[in-house]
Amino acid sequence: MRFYRLLLHLYPSSFRKDYGEEMAAILRLRLRDATGAGRLALYVAVACEVIMNAPAVHWDILKQDLRDTVRALNRSRAFALTATLVIALGVGANTAAFSVADFVLLRPLPFPDPDRLVRLCEGPRTMAGWGCQNQLSPANYRDLKQMSQAFQALGAFGSGAVNLVGGGEPRRLTILSVTPEVLPLLGVNPLLGRTFAGTSDELSAAIISYALWQSQFGGDAGILGRTVNLDGAPYTIIGVMPRGFYFPNRDVQLWTLLQFREQDLANRANTYIEGVGRLRADVTFEQARAELSMHADRLAREYPDTNAETGVSFFRMRDNMAPRSRLMLLTLSAASLCLLLLTCANLANLLLARASAYERELAVRAALGAGRQRLVRQLVTQSLVLTLAGSVAGLAIAWAAVPVFSSLVPATLPLDAQPALDLRVIAVAAAFAALTALGFGLFPALRAGRTGFAALREGTRAGGGRKQRIRGVLVIAEVMMTVVLLITSGLLIRAVWRVQAIDPGFRPENVMTMRTALPRPRYEDPVRRSEFYDRVLAQVRGLPGVESAAFISGLPLVVTGLITGIEIPGQDARSGRTSGISHRWLTPQYFETLRIPLLRGRDVEDGDLSTRPGVAVVSSSFADRYWPGQDPIGKAFRHRGQMRTVVGVVGDVRVRGLERTSEPQMYLPAQQIAAGQPANFDPKDLVVRHSGEDEALVASIRQIVRAVDPAQPISDVRPMTDVLAGETASRRAQLQVLGALALVAILLSAVGIYGLLAYTVAQRRQEIGVRLALGADPADVGRMIFANGMRLALFGIVPGVIAAYAAGRGMSALLFGIAPGDPSTFATAVIVTLVVTGAGSLVPAIRAVRVPPLIALRAE
Amino acid sequence: VTSHPDSLLPLPAATFHILVALAGDERHGYAIIKDVAARTGGALKLSAGTLYRSIDRMLEQGLIREVSARSGRDGDDERRRYYRITPFGRSVAVAEAGRLAQMLALARASGLVPRKA
Repeated sequence: MRFYRLLLHLYPSSFRKDYGEEMAAILRLRLRDATGAGRLALYVAVACEVIMNAPAVHWDILKQDLRDTVRALNRSRAFALTATLVIALGVGANTAAFSVADFVLLRPLPFPDPDRLVRLCEGPRTMAGWGCQNQLSPANYRDLKQMSQAFQALGAFGSGAVNLVGGGEPRRLTILSVTPEVLPLLGVNPLLGRTFAGTSDELSAAIISYALWQSQFGGDAGILGRTVNLDGAPYTIIGVMPRGFYFPNRDVQLWTLLQFREQDLANRANTYIEGVGRLRADVTFEQARAELSMHADRLAREYPDTNAETGVSFFRMRDNMAPRSRLMLLTLSAASLCLLLLTCANLANLLLARASAYERELAVRAALGAGRQRLVRQLVTQSLVLTLAGSVAGLAIAWAAVPVFSSLVPATLPLDAQPALDLRVIAVAAAFAALTALGFGLFPALRAGRTGFAALREGTRAGGGRKQRIRGVLVIAEVMMTVVLLITSGLLIRAVWRVQAIDPGFRPENVMTMRTALPRPRYEDPVRRSEFYDRVLAQVRGLPGVESAAFISGLPLVVTGLITGIEIPGQDARSGRTSGISHRWLTPQYFETLRIPLLRGRDVEDGDLSTRPGVAVVSSSFADRYWPGQDPIGKAFRHRGQMRTVVGVVGDVRVRGLERTSEPQMYLPAQQIAAGQPANFDPKDLVVRHSGEDEALVASIRQIVRAVDPAQPISDVRPMTDVLAGETASRRAQLQVLGALALVAILLSAVGIYGLLAYTVAQRRQEIGVRLALGADPADVGRMIFANGMRLALFGIVPGVIAAYAAGRGMSALLFGIAPGDPSTFATAVIVTLVVTGAGSLVPAIRAVRVPPLIALRAE
Repeated sequence: VTSHPDSLLPLPAATFHILVALAGDERHGYAIIKDVAARTGGALKLSAGTLYRSIDRMLEQGLIREVSARSGRDGDDERRRYYRITPFGRSVAVAEAGRLAQMLALARASGLVPRKA
């Protein structure tokens, strides 16, 4: 018999409670009727029967609950719709935020055993800062590689850009030259062909990315052995990397071999490569770091001239991202979680209110024999159905929202531009959904189950103070989270405003930019380059609507490097790390085109030929650094062995970006580039100020360039305003999301307060009626209800403000100098909260005033 | 609770048998099982699970209702649950019987089944 009772636990508890005794009794009677072997057979039959029937009963109950749920939700469609929408927003926002955060912060990089992959650069001796502080010189790389025992493999790479001719249209490509160790140590095999073996004939071999193989060569299966033209030189394709392989980031489409010649190893100050390594399995990151630091000390002693200040930047490949990116993602995840909690609080409140409304009905049903478990089960079914519907919608929202987040995926990591909505993300969405369901569904259900019987005993005015208090606490929590969201997004809005208000030093409106990088060795001869610039510029300037046009070796915000040093006769040489100058080579009209103010002197001229004395235009911070308080015009300095005279002073430009400090700037005439200088000194960015249509202008310029040199590709076509907008793109994306979350939060809070007060008024209708009938002032009654709501709001605002201040301090790195306790943001957020919650309280207060005394009394 | 008898047709066999068993008198579970077995000559032996699953649904549909336990009957001193057919249950049983009769008539008219069994 005990065995049978145990079996009965397979049935739903409500069913067992109703019929378990009866079924046991039947078995007892049967056993009494049966004899000997018949009893054993009976036990087996009964066991089979329970196992068959129990799931059927579960299914029956589920069907019935679903039917009841549909009926109940159909009765209150507004509630069902609101709940679904609210869940969808909560689940959607969290799924999107989490999937991006997971993609960037948690998920292992797409290489085998990625935790052992590290990057190595030169850096300050303190090992401070993130990422690659300074690149390596080949000599230092060679020595570190020889000395270090920590690596299973260590390789080096340097990046560059080439014009590719072959396959489709000519294209400008970002490429990487790698030593033979690099691709094998990453652990990803090529899809086709092989990687570099390191022989010298491979200097004209190339490995291409899957994307390039598809876009430029149409996925040609016979690609191996094909010859393409990179900056005029023939290269043979020996391999294709698989889809989703990126190194060191998604911009690089082609890899060539990096080999060091004697002269490359001669100068320790010539830093242009970076190291990548795989640690030995038995060496920890910290051990390797300590070892490298020791070797760096030794190099500093042996080569004090170049290495005195040189340490290493050594970091895991996974950590090659700005701390700000990490912080942004964490902020978003926290904000989404905040909204989810708020969602749960709100729905719990709604369900509690509904449970109260049905309390008598439930109590009657409970008294009639529907077990408490049965009621709980029914309420849980209801919330599960809502959650399921909401989650499906939430998944759709997440799917739509993930691209918005993609600007938050740091471009420095070897990752896709945005996460795919895969099984893992769907699992996360399901987890968030389950969390929601438990949060808002189970809690009210348990409460309803517990108080179900009490309601009958207490008479009509059920749902006493205790439940009201819980709902009050929920509303307070909602207001608190709203305040946190409002204040944090407010702080970020102020930060974005401040960043956007920064003067970049130029006017981007009506300026079109594009890149024509002239390949070597075809354009090795400076005369040929000048010819190209002259012919293109002359025709572009002649186009209708064009005011001015110029070539420069790098746009501000886009090319942030090209840092050089100068010597001033009669001044002490400064340390190379503190006296950097951002320098550009350019043609006339650049300042005019970007509206960079010419403060003194003149622009570079067509007459500033290589045969004429060297000249330079400098920024005012340049002049202030070297000749403070003096007239810089006519002053001379030495740059790369050449004397130059300052002929003009222009305004400073935020070359490195709006939020970063930039070096002083120096502009040199393109025609005075000495032969044999690196190709990245060549002017390559064309800027055109015009008053017409962008498309028409670009089409005309394409024609002009094709006429001058048919093999010359044009890349990076975009208005200068886009370049500037790119500076704040990640901030704006974050703001859009946070702003949306804050908006939803404040609406939910208002609904929450309204719902609670409206319910209170409905519950106390009779009491209010009696009061009014006894001569109470209706205004007093209204005030009482309103004050009730405002009290809840205040109880939420105070801890909310404190929590927001803490959150603001945590993300102060994102606030660009806005204080985490910024008074105007706090005041605005508090006022907005008060106004919205006030509006939510006002309607029920007015309703209370209008309670007709007689009707209320009659009901009594 | 469904109002029209036809909306529940066709009835599951177990449901119909339970209604028939309860047509005469109110009974408890084991009595229903024995009654159905006797009526069908032992061909249909309802298991306890099937019985109470059906009963649960029939209560919900309003076909039967529970009457307070009467001790002493059957010489059994246990508290038992007794069920009684409701007027609605009776009309549903009649409707089901009518439906079955109509189908039998159809089968006879087509010659599939001999006129007299």
